[in-house]
Amino acid sequence: MSKFAKKKDGEVPAVSTASLPDIVFMLLFFFMTVTVMKDSSVKVANELPQANEIKKLEKKDRVITIYVGAPTKEYTKTFGTEPKIQLNDKFANPNEVGDYILMERAKKSQELQNVLTTSLKVDKNANMGLISDIKLELRKVNALKVNYTTYEGDAFKN
Amino acid sequence: MARRAGAPEVSAGSMADIAFLLLIFFLVTTTIETDAGLDRMLPPIEPPETDVVIKQKNIFQVNLNKDGQLLADGELIQLNQLREKATAFLDNGGAVSGSPDYCKYCKGKRDASSSDSPAKAIISVKSDRETKYGTYITVQNELVGAYNDLRNREAQRLYKRNFTDMEAEYLNPETDASVKEDLKKRVKRIQELFPQKLSEAETSSSSN
Repeated sequence: MSKFAKKKDGEVPAVSTASLPDIVFMLLFFFMTVTVMKDSSVKVANELPQANEIKKLEKKDRVITIYVGAPTKEYTKTFGTEPKIQLNDKFANPNEVGDYILMERAKKSQELQNVLTTSLKVDKNANMGLISDIKLELRKVNALKVNYTTYEGDAFKN
Repeated sequence: MARRAGAPEVSAGSMADIAFLLLIFFLVTTTIETDAGLDRMLPPIEPPETDVVIKQKNIFQVNLNKDGQLLADGELIQLNQLREKATAFLDNGGAVSGSPDYCKYCKGKRDASSSDSPAKAIISVKSDRETKYGTYITVQNELVGAYNDLRNREAQRLYKRNFTDMEAEYLNPETDASVKEDLKKRVKRIQELFPQKLSEAETSSSSN
């Protein structure tokens, strides 16, 4: 019965790894497409307050972000420790907010210009005075839709 | 002369390693996050052409001072009592039965000295310039919570679903257009029952 005796004993055939690159590439492309690179680094302390009655901010292309908070360690020497406004990559005064919004709005396509939301990412230790200055500026340029961006959590911990 | 048999084959064995390297890089740098927060509309800067007279009893005044203390309708209260007070005010339905403002679905006390109907009731938030932002958000959150509680109640009564769920599904871009159309009507209807009227007055400074 030499027909059956041919098999070598005990050896497992090697699994072909030729398709491994394909699988890995597939994963790679997935992550490459979903990755959003940060366009600006946050230069202020930005611990958002917590809230639980929140709504998601859908569609990233319709959002303009304004950061507010105390400058981080490396900037305290030049800018002090009082909360500041950060627009794009630089610190700004409240009266520059309007221009910034108009500039950002002009960059968006025509049909999006009327549905923009301003996302206020404000550190929970900031004062309301600065926020109301920003709100006044936003009202001046008719950017009335705002979103107080928060973390999800217990609101009483703020 | 011996002819070469074509170019020598490059080993593709290390391809997987290279791809892994890239993969790990993107894995580490990816942050899949959607921001969330409290949506609010600011009032337009131009004052309305006609002055609207609002009865004092239809305004629920919330004052927040620089120490985070809360004055709601002339009463010093704790933050965790605010939702209850706001709900009671919105749901009051004080208009007499038969008048055009009469609110059929209100389950409040029907106190004549509080709000007439949810459509008339306005909540006004005033804060000091020194108020901490975190406290302000807590107050906003509680007021939105009061509205959401009441809207959920009505949505449960009419559609056996929570309003917040319906709204989230309606706003989700992945929802089907036909489902959206249906949801839009429902969401609108509930919003009309309890319109969100949160006025944001300008902050006052503590010096005056």
